[in-house]
Amino acid sequence: MTYVLTGEDKPLTGFGALRAAVSSLDPRMRIVMTVIYAVTVVTLDDLRVLSGALILSMWLLAISGLPFQKTLKRMAMMDGFIIFTLILLPFTMPGTPMFSVFGFDATWEGLWRATEIALTANAVILAVMTLVGSMEPVTMGHALFALKTPERLVHLMMFTIRYIDVLREEYLRLRTSMKLRGFRPGTNWHTYRSYGYLVGMMLVRAIERSERILAAMKCRGFCGRIVLLEEFRLTRTDVMFAGAMVLALAALIWAEVAYAAA
Amino acid sequence: MHIVDGALSNPVLLGGAALAVGGIAMGLKKLPLERIPAAGVLSASFFVASLIHVPIGPSSVHLILNGLAGLVLGWAAFPALFVGLLLQAVFFGFGGLTVLGVNAINIAGPAVLAGLIFGRLVARGTPMQGAIWGGLGGGFAIAVTTLAVAFSLALSGDEFIPAAKLVFVAHIPVIIIEALLSGAAIFLARRVKPELFAGAKGGWA
Repeated sequence: MTYVLTGEDKPLTGFGALRAAVSSLDPRMRIVMTVIYAVTVVTLDDLRVLSGALILSMWLLAISGLPFQKTLKRMAMMDGFIIFTLILLPFTMPGTPMFSVFGFDATWEGLWRATEIALTANAVILAVMTLVGSMEPVTMGHALFALKTPERLVHLMMFTIRYIDVLREEYLRLRTSMKLRGFRPGTNWHTYRSYGYLVGMMLVRAIERSERILAAMKCRGFCGRIVLLEEFRLTRTDVMFAGAMVLALAALIWAEVAYAAA
Repeated sequence: MHIVDGALSNPVLLGGAALAVGGIAMGLKKLPLERIPAAGVLSASFFVASLIHVPIGPSSVHLILNGLAGLVLGWAAFPALFVGLLLQAVFFGFGGLTVLGVNAINIAGPAVLAGLIFGRLVARGTPMQGAIWGGLGGGFAIAVTTLAVAFSLALSGDEFIPAAKLVFVAHIPVIIIEALLSGAAIFLARRVKPELFAGAKGGWA
């Protein structure tokens, strides 16, 4: 399900994930541990400690059963977005000059700061993708509900997850019909107006679709309650995994404090 | 437009998260159960729309359309766009987890603002008048988003100020394109399905 969310050709969860260590763990525990992990890593500053965190995330990826290359490629895509800000940092942060380009001094402090951001961002997003992103989207919704997320927000999320695929197909159909009528995008008024009409048409169709959905739901007596199809249970493996994560995080914090004191 | 983990200072992250919780609570309060299917399907369509790349010169930009979301959904745009950001972080690796609150404020905040200011104007008058207000609303939301991103970077450290300025200048063409597209989308929707808009009769504030 939800083909757009979980991969371009095949859902990431399909790759022998059943045998992998992470997918057998309790989704609730995975979400909670991911949040704890992210909050901890964000507070770390030392580059050596952050490298340790990135290695920990890599280990999570290794046991998650997600395709290695594909996940790393996605992580690299995020890096592509932030690379400009990171490249600017050495030039905008005051400190000891390293070298200069066109009269602008690059500083070591700026370079360290940029590296710190890159390490933190990658460590956290990798953990998020492996621990939470490896779930079925619907399981994530149920787990969030079990963790006391407001029911309406979970409903909204489940609807979004359910219809992203459907609407993407609708979008592709509209694009095909535009192509058949000889539309070729360029930098001109005609293109922007056509894209605007495309988006407008998508909204109109979305609203009409939602009216049919609501009618179908009412017909089946929907009253706004989420029925959990699976019951989540915390097993010994879950407790052990959570314990190992907490220990690893404690070690990272200890290292940070030790390096800061040194 | 997404800020990643590790760039912002802790007070900014905490402030963003607290404001985002408030925004989501407010949005959910304005979202009756009857409207959830509509909000969910629209949230999904904005998610899909953000995957569209629009050519600009030799390059292309991807759409955000948060202004349009605010015009159509009103306050409900907040939780709807938050859900989009959450899914992007978890399944695509765009953005981050601890910055989710700040990103939600930066993107969904201006959407709600655009909805509150321009929502009624868009539903009024001829479709052409509605489209002009819609275009203004769309451009306004993305401009505020850009400023908010620049502001959250600048709050976290002076070293980001040049990057923040660059972000704003680089997004001027995006602001224009989003305004044109939002206007055109509103024009079409006003002619085809006028009841779509937040300010319209039978709509949802």
